[in-house]
Amino acid sequence: MNNARQIKHLYSRAGFGIRFKELHDHENASVKKKLKELFKNSEADQHITVITENIDLRPKTDDPEVKKKNQEDRNQQDKDLNVAWLKQMASSDAQLRERMTLFWHNHFACNINNAYHQQQLNNIQRTYALGNFKSLLTAVSQSPAMLQFLNNQQNVKGHPNENFARELMELFTLGIGHYTEQDIKESARSFTGWHFDGKTSQYTFVPRIHDDGQKTFMGKTANFCGEDIVDIILSNKQTAIFICTKLYRYLVNDTPDKTNINQMADVFYQANYEIKPLLEYVFLSDWFYDDKNIGVIIKSPAQLLVSLTRQFYIDYHNPDVLLQFERTLGQVLFKPPNVAGWPGGRAWIDSSSLMYRIKIASTLLNAGVIDFTGKATPEDEAFLAATHKQQFNVIKRTQAVPDWGRFLQDIPLDMPRIQVAEFMLEPKLNQTVIDEVNQAPDIKSMVIQIASTPEYQLC
Amino acid sequence: MKRRDFLTKSMLASGAFMLPAFLKPFEALAMNDITGHKNLVVIQLSGGNDGLNTIIPYCNDIYYQKRKNIGIKVPDVITLNDMQGLNPNLAALKELYDQGWMTIVNSVGYPNPDRSHFRSMDIWQTGSDSNQFLTTGWIGRYLDASRQTLKNPYTAMEVDDTLSLAMKGEYMKGIAVSDPNKLFQTTREPFFKDIVRDHEAQHLSEENLGYLYKTMIETYSSADYIQKTSKTYNVTAQYPTTGIGYQLKNVSKFINSGLETRVYYVSLGGFDTHAGQQGQQGRVLKTYADAVAAFVKDLKQTGKLDDTLIMTFSEFGRRVEENASAGTDHGTASNVFLFGGKLQKPGIFNDAPDLSDLENGDLKYKVDFRDVYANVLDKWLDVNNGEILGKQYQGLGLV
Repeated sequence: MNNARQIKHLYSRAGFGIRFKELHDHENASVKKKLKELFKNSEADQHITVITENIDLRPKTDDPEVKKKNQEDRNQQDKDLNVAWLKQMASSDAQLRERMTLFWHNHFACNINNAYHQQQLNNIQRTYALGNFKSLLTAVSQSPAMLQFLNNQQNVKGHPNENFARELMELFTLGIGHYTEQDIKESARSFTGWHFDGKTSQYTFVPRIHDDGQKTFMGKTANFCGEDIVDIILSNKQTAIFICTKLYRYLVNDTPDKTNINQMADVFYQANYEIKPLLEYVFLSDWFYDDKNIGVIIKSPAQLLVSLTRQFYIDYHNPDVLLQFERTLGQVLFKPPNVAGWPGGRAWIDSSSLMYRIKIASTLLNAGVIDFTGKATPEDEAFLAATHKQQFNVIKRTQAVPDWGRFLQDIPLDMPRIQVAEFMLEPKLNQTVIDEVNQAPDIKSMVIQIASTPEYQLC
Repeated sequence: MKRRDFLTKSMLASGAFMLPAFLKPFEALAMNDITGHKNLVVIQLSGGNDGLNTIIPYCNDIYYQKRKNIGIKVPDVITLNDMQGLNPNLAALKELYDQGWMTIVNSVGYPNPDRSHFRSMDIWQTGSDSNQFLTTGWIGRYLDASRQTLKNPYTAMEVDDTLSLAMKGEYMKGIAVSDPNKLFQTTREPFFKDIVRDHEAQHLSEENLGYLYKTMIETYSSADYIQKTSKTYNVTAQYPTTGIGYQLKNVSKFINSGLETRVYYVSLGGFDTHAGQQGQQGRVLKTYADAVAAFVKDLKQTGKLDDTLIMTFSEFGRRVEENASAGTDHGTASNVFLFGGKLQKPGIFNDAPDLSDLENGDLKYKVDFRDVYANVLDKWLDVNNGEILGKQYQGLGLV
């Protein structure tokens, strides 16, 4: 049986898309075997280490020149971290780990002006990406980035700050409607004393500011500490349902399916919130490979950039261009709009962002030109002539270098065009796309055309 | 349809064959559905504009006590009434004020204010409570509510390269157009033109792929319409050669050419004045005021001022007390300005901010911004505000 479609689907959801080579290396391998390989390749937990200085530790100053320099350095760090991760997602063999890190990046959304702490949080999310959710939740909650972002540094005995307690339940675990305002107030007291040491950037518990009185949380009364609250929240199966719903929308389909989600939640809950068995369950379920779940999720801007970069081995001589793309497409990594993260799905798409999206492939791959030999009206000719004239400027600005040699080398010589197109697009080909594919002047032009279709926006 | 057939038929139909034929009826319909065409122009000041140094409470001693370095001195203030006056850099607005074309609403904000730029801007753009996360904007939801009659993305247009959250609804979204020619050019890519043809039966399903094709076709058709319509009018009035001047000049072109757009959205940044505020804020306020004055006078000249309402807001005001760097830090309530020929209560709408009754050094809001929106929605955009804002707001007698 030819299971190329299933394997492609698996790679598009458990990674950032498949390369020709990856499909043909093990033709006819079972989905199960491929999945095993994905997990195996994701055992490596490669940390990002590009940020080496915590700029917060520089001496306080009122000197405007020094302040300006500090801010410039911060901006540079933001850029470096962003690009380092984007490149890692595109080049790493640990595809599933990076793909899940991106999920947790949005689930535990954090936006602070400190790249050093952001990097630390990103590495935590990577380490536990396929591990245990409780360990992940705890490590994230105790990271300097999150303690700062959700104001737990200001949460002290006698003056509780409820920000962390609220988001913990609303966004990280239970979801809105499954706790009371009283639960927030009481649990906030339990998290007093969860602190980080500004000098070492390490979590530390400060007993002196911890409220050790009685708290009533979710119907139970005791001298609860923060860890107890986490345990109570996780003992509520709603947490498993909430996480599985989000994960289903990320990995399977934008439209939640209650039956499938409940099955996932059963697995997750019974596995004590271990993430790996949950993912195995999803990727080995028959329903995961149903037609209605293939090629229907809108790629996030990060995913789109990463999949293009990965598939075409693009090298960026001017990494600023990546940030520019992220900004125009509406997703700058490490800068989510708020604690709820990016809404995703159709929210990525509006008239302007869609036009940018379908223009990006040709910008990166061919200096903005989509060669076209269809009907040639004078208007078209004029347009193409103008874009060709612009090519040099586009090259100067983007400085993106795809490795066409490597890309084309991977494609078997005798592979029919239609199969190449089917390989690159998750949705089924419609007649228009088939026509374009058959009429494209050469294979390179054809591939650029394919990457410039609405279909290519889906995975 | 074969490529050759398509080509022949389109060429027979007209020279403008880039527009899929089935879209035509939409446009014809929209034309008839718009009655009493009123425009709203939203101008967003990004970064948190310091309201107290914009409309100066020059008769309040506390103001000068708290702002020893950056307070605007009495002789420099352009007096409006016996309590408040304009920052001298807003001199261009004085004439509009005197003509009855300007309303100033003091102390506009919301309960439990958030001092993060991003979050507070989201709150203003979505019209949410401060602990509520909405993924649609207030104008986007207006588009959703009106989608039976106003079907085109250009019903709401942002004069920018990207679209703000304010303009995104669940079913409908506005369109971002910084330059109609540029947008037109992008959509004319021969390859794009080719793939959007004859998709009516094939793709326009409810699925995401259908949604992508639908958006692409709409963009295509909108770009064509906007470019063709707007080029029929030439703005003759003089505008300052600034970013916002250029944007408002474009809005004037759109309005005067009869574009069927109800809401325009424009932003101006540079208001986050933590240090050296007087120079920096003065510069951006002048840029703002000169452009708005040119725009309002232009509209008056062309007879469109009575049909246009301009609203200016910022995500928050700033602390009452200046900081050690001759600047101000993030604060809470600030002022909202309205301009237009049909204002119900021109002048200063409500009391000057109370500087003796603060909360942690910040102003207490007196007017909820959603009451301003409610008024605009009810009276200017003709929709029930409760439908857009999630609950019914009283509104104000502004328009």
